[in-house]
Amino acid sequence: MKNLKIHTENMYLYYGSKMALNNVSIEIPENKVTALIGPSGCGKSTFLRSLNRMNDLIDSVKIEGNIFIDDINIYDKNIDVVNLRKKVGMVFQKSNPFAKSIFENVAYGPRINGINNNNELTEIVEKSLQNAAIWDEVKDRLHDSALGLSGGQQQRLCIARTLAVNPEVILMDEPASALDPISTSKIEELIVQLKENYTIVIVTHNMQQAARISDDTAFFYLGELIEFGKTKKIFTNPDKKQTEDYITGRFG
Amino acid sequence: MIFKKFKQDAKGFIFEGITLLSALIIIAILVVMLVVIVKGGKSMFTWEFLSTFPTEGMTKGGIFPAIFGTALLVIIMSIAAVPFGTITAIYLTEYAKENSFIARSIRFAVRTLAVIPSIIYGLFGLGFFIKFVGTGMDSIFTGGQLKWGQPNILWASLTMALLTLPVVIVSVEEALKTIPRDLREASLALGATKWQTIRKVVLPGSYSGIMTGTILAVSRGAGEVAPILFTGAAYYLATLPHSLSDQFMVLGYHIYIMSTQSANVDQTLPIQFGTTLVLLLLTFSLNFTAIILRYRIRKKRIA
Amino acid sequence: MDNFKKIKDLFKNKKPNPADKIDITRKRFRWSDFIAEKIIKSVAFLSITIIILIFIFVFRESFPIFNFAKKEKPKTEQVSNTQEQYGVETTAPEKQEQYGVEETTAPEKQEQYGVQTTEDTTKGESFTPQEVTESGSTTDNNKSALKTLPTKVWQPVSDNPRYGLLPLLIGTIKITLISLLFAGPLAILAALYTSVFAPKRLKELIKPTIEMLAGVPSVVIGFFALMVMATFLQNLFGYDVRLNSFVGGIAMGLAAIPIIYTITEDALTAVPKTYYEASLALGASKWQTAFFVILPAATPGIFAAILLGIGRVFGETMIALMATGNAAMMGLNPFESVRTLAATIGAEMAEVVFGDTHYNVLFLIGSMLFIFTFAINAIAEFWVKGKLMKKIQGK
Repeated sequence: MKNLKIHTENMYLYYGSKMALNNVSIEIPENKVTALIGPSGCGKSTFLRSLNRMNDLIDSVKIEGNIFIDDINIYDKNIDVVNLRKKVGMVFQKSNPFAKSIFENVAYGPRINGINNNNELTEIVEKSLQNAAIWDEVKDRLHDSALGLSGGQQQRLCIARTLAVNPEVILMDEPASALDPISTSKIEELIVQLKENYTIVIVTHNMQQAARISDDTAFFYLGELIEFGKTKKIFTNPDKKQTEDYITGRFG
Repeated sequence: MIFKKFKQDAKGFIFEGITLLSALIIIAILVVMLVVIVKGGKSMFTWEFLSTFPTEGMTKGGIFPAIFGTALLVIIMSIAAVPFGTITAIYLTEYAKENSFIARSIRFAVRTLAVIPSIIYGLFGLGFFIKFVGTGMDSIFTGGQLKWGQPNILWASLTMALLTLPVVIVSVEEALKTIPRDLREASLALGATKWQTIRKVVLPGSYSGIMTGTILAVSRGAGEVAPILFTGAAYYLATLPHSLSDQFMVLGYHIYIMSTQSANVDQTLPIQFGTTLVLLLLTFSLNFTAIILRYRIRKKRIA
Repeated sequence: MDNFKKIKDLFKNKKPNPADKIDITRKRFRWSDFIAEKIIKSVAFLSITIIILIFIFVFRESFPIFNFAKKEKPKTEQVSNTQEQYGVETTAPEKQEQYGVEETTAPEKQEQYGVQTTEDTTKGESFTPQEVTESGSTTDNNKSALKTLPTKVWQPVSDNPRYGLLPLLIGTIKITLISLLFAGPLAILAALYTSVFAPKRLKELIKPTIEMLAGVPSVVIGFFALMVMATFLQNLFGYDVRLNSFVGGIAMGLAAIPIIYTITEDALTAVPKTYYEASLALGASKWQTAFFVILPAATPGIFAAILLGIGRVFGETMIALMATGNAAMMGLNPFESVRTLAATIGAEMAEVVFGDTHYNVLFLIGSMLFIFTFAINAIAEFWVKGKLMKKIQGK
């Protein structure tokens, strides 16, 4: 029996008066990779950003319905958003390392959590970089600027940075969309490895990618969750016509 | 048809020429002004002139106390204006909702501060700092003996700080806006609080903007005279100010005094031109530095 | 996955929850964030506070004039029969708001307001400085000061001080007009050149050069006007008085040019490219497009530019002190010396006795300047911006 990590109930999201998510109810299992697919503007990124309340930063966003993580409603008024984001990490579409050294980028999260002991930091940074499969490439230049890394390396650094905070869930917003095929496959391998310890929710445009790495797939269209199920089923025998049309490339 | 076209082109030539001429006239006036001042002042531009006190009733000697006073003025002014300006800019970019009433009111206030005539700041400095705060301080600390309730460098600097506050706010705000939203989100997504994000990600990325704002403010403060006419600038002092409650000499006021109030204007003409040249060099080099810094910030934003 | 165990163990020491789950159900209170936010929010109000303080303190110092009249109420009522105070009564309520004086002092306020209105009504007529008003029989007191405000003689330092603001106001308006006639066309045409006609490289040279003018301290412009321009213009036009409103106006124009230029440039650049393309596609030539399409489209912005230029000139002190001759005369001849409101404050404040009537009158002038520039900025900000938005979006 799979464990439920995240689930939403009748969730609606509005930008001002415009509805962006329409009655989304979904159940995301623990320690699995869940892919969100759908055409641009279908609300999948918006949905992803609601899971760690990143949408709070946008003034006009209004959310109705419930989102639970570990059966806790994260939009409850007593929720500590800062801790929520420690629990639910995020990797963005565009790699966004800080203009600091590689070491400091990874150490940023632990430092914020009050870890200032150098030995501890060094250890965390090393493990995080190893687990993000970038250690061998950067171990000799930990104190160089992170901005000098290639796009793929920067993205893996951002993953390492997220790992260093030791989240339970990692949200990924098209993490490989701007990368070359080799970097992309490295990231994909990494994601598959990471699911052992983390629940991963990934937004992707690339259907092959979703098919390769995910266990479950959710198809969004025009703000609605059209279909959600085992990746295999979605890609071979979808229930809904719209899903089939999208998968087979008839639109989107 | 051909004739009509030709006529139009001739007209176009004239109209375009008029606009070009306008631009050239403005530049020509600027160039003439610079040439005249450089020519008139360059013979005075010596180390001796810069490093000595005025002598013989200000008809000879240097302008060291005016340079010193100007430097002191802008330093105290910056200490007051830069932190407050930076914090206001942080509020506007990081805390305020873009179109909220409060943010719009503050922006309007900042723009109003930028257009209030500088002489009004002088009046305010006199009415508020000297007569209200200063006199109040005297009645508390010195038992009514006159110490703070009169013009001095502290009140002059604070008055100037109010005048230059909008300069700092606008520059820092512009710099803060160049910090990509991505970075703020990255920091927040790692579980950083808002203040941690500002302190560790936003501010370090905008040092050059704060620097630009400071330089522009200093340039403005060094050149303004009206706000300090009656809040602390002195005609002539035999010694440098050695406490915040002393008056001080300043370059701009020196130019004004020497060219309008001195007994023998012609005799001191070289000193006047020399002082003007020093002030102009100071403000121009500061502005130039700020322009380069700003250009680099803007380039960073595009990249 | 031993590595992760280690990291988790490391974190465990720092975390209160032994179950190794981050507790999100209780809002944690973070002191540093709380304090930072409070400080930042309160400092942000500083700008507004300063504006309010300027209002209060500049006005406060000019109040005693009215306060005196309050004590001498019967007398002032008698006085209020004079001509000057009459045309004013209708505007009295407006004045109450501006000066915030209590209801009881209403009659006196009317008198004060008379300064501004009478100026307007009498501006057109020509005056000679010899015309002295009958007021001011009492020496050095606020009541007579108040009475002399709407008159034509500014003579604050004498046995019989007179504080007629009319010559100062006329001088200021004269200079503002001259400097606008000089700076307005130059700056607007130059802005048109750089935003429409100039090749990109030339634009990148001309624009910063003109904006360099903004970095020239006004005392330097004043000095240049006093030492060089005054003589040059006198030789050119051959008038008698070397320092006059013409020289001062031109010099202040130099200070206003970068303001008008920059804002006009912005407004012209903000005109959508489609305007330009549509016009060219209809067969209009470049100059026709520039003058008949782009320039009109940017009118509200140019209007704002001119308004802010006026604000700059109206309150400019150092140039006025140095280049206008500083004689409070009523004539309309541009080649006569004048004395502006701002220059009067600058020249006389240092020499007055604190709390004296003269001191209060100077602050009163300051209050007028403040209100004027505040209003100008408000108009430029709200009215013009709204109009600009309508124009570009609504068409």
